[in-house]
Amino acid sequence: MSLDTATVRRVASLARLRVEEDDLPRLEAELNGILGWIEQLQAVDTTGVEPVAGGGAEALRMREDRVTDGGVQEEVLANAPDRAGAFFAVPKVVE
Amino acid sequence: MTAATDLTLAGARAALARREISAVELTRAHLEAIEALNPRLNAFITVTPEQALAQAEAADAALARGEAKPLTGLPLAIKDLFCTAGTRTTAASRILGDFVPPYESTVTSQLLRDGAVFLGKANLDEFAMGSSNTSSAFGAVENPWKRQGEEGTVLVPGGSSGGSAAAVAARLALGATATDTGGSIRQPAAFCGVAGIKPTYGRCSRFGIIAYASSLDQAGPVARTVEDCAILLNSMAGFDPRDSTSADLPVPDFAAACERGVKGLRIGIPREYRLDGLPAEIAALWEQGMAWLKAEGATLVEISLPHTKYALPTYYIVAPAEASSNLARYDGVRFGLRENGEDLKDLYERTRAAGFGEEVKRRILIGTYVLSAGYYDAYYVKAQQVRALIRQDFDHAWEQVDAILAPTTPSAAFGRDEKQDDPVAMYLNDVFTVTANLAGIPGLSVPAGQDAKGLPLGLQILGRRFDEETVFAVGRAIERNAGFSALPALRAAA
Repeated sequence: MSLDTATVRRVASLARLRVEEDDLPRLEAELNGILGWIEQLQAVDTTGVEPVAGGGAEALRMREDRVTDGGVQEEVLANAPDRAGAFFAVPKVVE
Repeated sequence: MTAATDLTLAGARAALARREISAVELTRAHLEAIEALNPRLNAFITVTPEQALAQAEAADAALARGEAKPLTGLPLAIKDLFCTAGTRTTAASRILGDFVPPYESTVTSQLLRDGAVFLGKANLDEFAMGSSNTSSAFGAVENPWKRQGEEGTVLVPGGSSGGSAAAVAARLALGATATDTGGSIRQPAAFCGVAGIKPTYGRCSRFGIIAYASSLDQAGPVARTVEDCAILLNSMAGFDPRDSTSADLPVPDFAAACERGVKGLRIGIPREYRLDGLPAEIAALWEQGMAWLKAEGATLVEISLPHTKYALPTYYIVAPAEASSNLARYDGVRFGLRENGEDLKDLYERTRAAGFGEEVKRRILIGTYVLSAGYYDAYYVKAQQVRALIRQDFDHAWEQVDAILAPTTPSAAFGRDEKQDDPVAMYLNDVFTVTANLAGIPGLSVPAGQDAKGLPLGLQILGRRFDEETVFAVGRAIERNAGFSALPALRAAA
């Protein structure tokens, strides 16, 4: 599988990364280099192998359903690039 | 008397207990070393002298009251991936360039609980993605070691914990925190001639550590001796309900385990690690390590880890996939950099384009692609299946052996201008280290020798899940036999 320019543009849009048209050929070559190298995995017979999920061997534990944190509105907002009162502010989304 | 910056962590603790030195003197010596050498090495992104001296004064008061804790008064560097309350935490990225966490990571809060002094935040590859510490938005880190006869060549410290390893090697800190997703503790430790351990996945809480690849990330220490690593890991490790993958297990006395010896242990030598083109010096060092362990009463067993050659491509699917998901949060809305745009999507795209560096963008794009509709099974599920086979390889090995001995890296530290234009060539640095992350097992790198140009080389010990004690025992035996005493060209009190 090899990426064409249109696919690189689509993936960049999915990833919410602005990519200038001039950079697309370079990115396309780099990504195809990496994906071509990754392709060797297709040689491994994985029939019937259960894929790994997560980093630990143990099942995730359940916890009691109760509030353990909160009441820290100012801390949550402290790093906001823009705020309006107790809210994060962004450019107008809906006309 | 030994210069304060040349003490080991254990030695400094003993000197503090005997009141031969005060915590303020010890901290001041390290701050002076940072002031002298950091402009060149760039091992720290942020230095916090006022905080360090205040903590040292508190440590001296505790020592005077006879209330010393395990790390009271010991100055450390903190990788700038650990959130520290009130101190800027950047992940070496422009996108978090001004981020000041309102909370403390569990690992650093446990170090503070045990009395440690924080000198500042250590440099790293951006978001811990890299093996050379050249991708930091705050500039590259210089390895304090020099090739003999090539003093003008700047070498990389390895990565991603390059600032941590360089700071400890150059005697700017007694020890440092680090993290390891594919080798990011062990490879820089080997390149800088210091020790470093990635413990078992789940041993240290990931709460408050900026995430790269959550199923692989694990915190651990870097220090100048195996015992110092054990002391630091004892404070860093332990169950934390705030990390759902944290292991609810008691923390053994790692420092005590260092002196257990290796008599009767079965040490595995994986035949697949004998790579074509492995430099003769590294092969010879590995043979030397085997001979040391055999002479101390261990039995060597050749083992097979048949899926080894698939570990790197597996990693470079799983890690970018998890990274693309984890880094989705950096969108210019709640924290970090914002670049305004015409609408919200444009704001996201401009913010992320301006905030992330090239390697981070590459990994986000690869990760987004392998997780996208139509490719998920072919790439991501396939990689997680191969990962299961890699784990099985180790499970089979543990039926025959108690630990595994291997080189840490396929080369010594390389020049800053070498290997930089080919991402795949750079990824090969992780060939011996990445398997431990995929399998979730502990791995320790110990400085064990030097190449022909005088650069340090490391040997790596891998162990069973949650059996860091055997790993420390084998590592200490290698360290004792190696008697590594070479010093980097750039260091404090030189």
